[in-house]
Amino acid sequence: MNVDRITAIYATKMNKMVPRILLIPACGVLLLAAACGGSSSSPNITKTNPVSNVLAITVNAGPAGNYANGAFASVTVCAPSTTTCQTIDGILVDTGSSGLRILSSALTAALPAQKAADGNPVVECLPFISGYTWGPVQTADVELGGEKASSVPIQVVSQTDYPVPTNCADFGTSESTLSGLGANGILGVGNFAQDCGDACVATGSSNPGLYYECPASGCVVTGESLAQQVVNPVALFSTDNNGVLIELPAASGPETSLSGSLIFGIGTQSNNALGAAKVYPVDEYGNFVTTFNSQTYNQSFIDSGSNGLFFLGTGTTGLPACADADYFYCPSTTQTFSATNSGPTGTPSAAVSFSVANADNLFNDNPNATVLGQLAGPNSLGFDWGLPFFYGRNIFTAIEGSSTPGGTGPYWAY
Amino acid sequence: MKVPPGIERSFFSSICTPRRTRFWAAVLFATLIILIVPAFAGLGEDVSSIQGDQVHMQGSLRITQAQAYSLHEIQAPTGTIVREYVSASGKVFGVAWQGPWPPDMRQILANYFGQFEQAAQVQVSSHAGRRPLFISEPGFVIETSGHMRSFAGRAYIPEMVPQGVSAESIR
Repeated sequence: MNVDRITAIYATKMNKMVPRILLIPACGVLLLAAACGGSSSSPNITKTNPVSNVLAITVNAGPAGNYANGAFASVTVCAPSTTTCQTIDGILVDTGSSGLRILSSALTAALPAQKAADGNPVVECLPFISGYTWGPVQTADVELGGEKASSVPIQVVSQTDYPVPTNCADFGTSESTLSGLGANGILGVGNFAQDCGDACVATGSSNPGLYYECPASGCVVTGESLAQQVVNPVALFSTDNNGVLIELPAASGPETSLSGSLIFGIGTQSNNALGAAKVYPVDEYGNFVTTFNSQTYNQSFIDSGSNGLFFLGTGTTGLPACADADYFYCPSTTQTFSATNSGPTGTPSAAVSFSVANADNLFNDNPNATVLGQLAGPNSLGFDWGLPFFYGRNIFTAIEGSSTPGGTGPYWAY
Repeated sequence: MKVPPGIERSFFSSICTPRRTRFWAAVLFATLIILIVPAFAGLGEDVSSIQGDQVHMQGSLRITQAQAYSLHEIQAPTGTIVREYVSASGKVFGVAWQGPWPPDMRQILANYFGQFEQAAQVQVSSHAGRRPLFISEPGFVIETSGHMRSFAGRAYIPEMVPQGVSAESIR
């Protein structure tokens, strides 16, 4: 148990013990008689002694030792309602997905398997951009910083626990290993509560086929209720559960590491106020609009789990592809661009300036650097504002349906 | 021609055991499936293969004619849309997709699926990191992008793109 949590519990107990009469002068000092009035205790009191809502994150090479622009954190998982826990580091913080996924090879704590109504284990196939993760759904109490979510369905990623169904393998390459994932797991803290949502609840042709139940005879697609789906653990916190804020300092140039914070809640504590941040709603797919050279790209998004700035192509940007890795840009000198981000309906709207360096030079001149703020590459469908966009910019990600001082999620704010 | 009774009996007994019956039924069924759904559908294949993709996706098909190609758009009940671009010679030279989930990549990439898998693996091992996929090899280009609940991409065979058609129009 960490010091912050002990302090928090102690403070909560102290609040309960404070005689009500002592609060009266406090109300007078605050000149907020209305807020303090009434018979129930003031919310201000718990707010001044909150749980620690901060999880340290670090941009480094990750557990595979070769990652660039990845923000990693430690998470603790426990068998539900027990003290049988394990802390696992090297978990990638990803605002582009929802739900906690841990490599089976990194998990030693025994967690109970989720079972379908007929008693068969539930196993998930989750498609990513170029492949999939496969493995059973298990249940854990999840501790992030000082926050805790109980009985959270998570995915334990393993290529071998259950045979991969053909329909899953048909998504592409397996990312169910350390080399495939580049991390010991993924902490998805994106805009959606569940990873799949309504589409996976019912069986039938509209079900995208993410959840399977696996009797000995083989795995078959099954319907999975929202409550059973792999879920953004933040949504299950008792407080600070409406979204997250990622704080990373600016990078002056290529650096070996960068330390920052994943802060839980939006406008719930003194360290996660929206302040002057603009709130950008996202559409039902989790996208917003980026305008570049008068063209609008409405499949654009912010994603801490993308390891560069990925936008358009050599034809639309004039940026040459690298000779040896044409999935990165290699301009002869660093180029600076301006684009405009806006909500799906056009508001709010604000310009963004960003720079693109020669990726070959970034890698070759800085072999130990993992913080490459000017690493960029193509994405013909629009703009993917990856982790470099977070350097020096506090970015909020609000969860769908959650109320916040900036309105109801989903949205991004910065 | 009269078949000796002994031979007739052994012939029928050999194909009419329950096990053999199941075998021949399976062969017949597989043949029917092959007739209905071409074994190879999607990129690089004949226009006739698109019907197989449609059956596989349980989707609805809409065909529109452009000047140099026809566009076959399949809308799946999952919300994912696959567009197949067919040249005047009847070959699928490009495919594009968009939706909350990716389509069956093996189905729409057909014989190029293996190349897609292999190139994606090579890319991850040479530069670790999660990002949109961009693969440009002789004879095969594929780009994928998006995130959970939003996937899009396109693939095409540069040599097969009709003259005057920009690869950018495959989307």
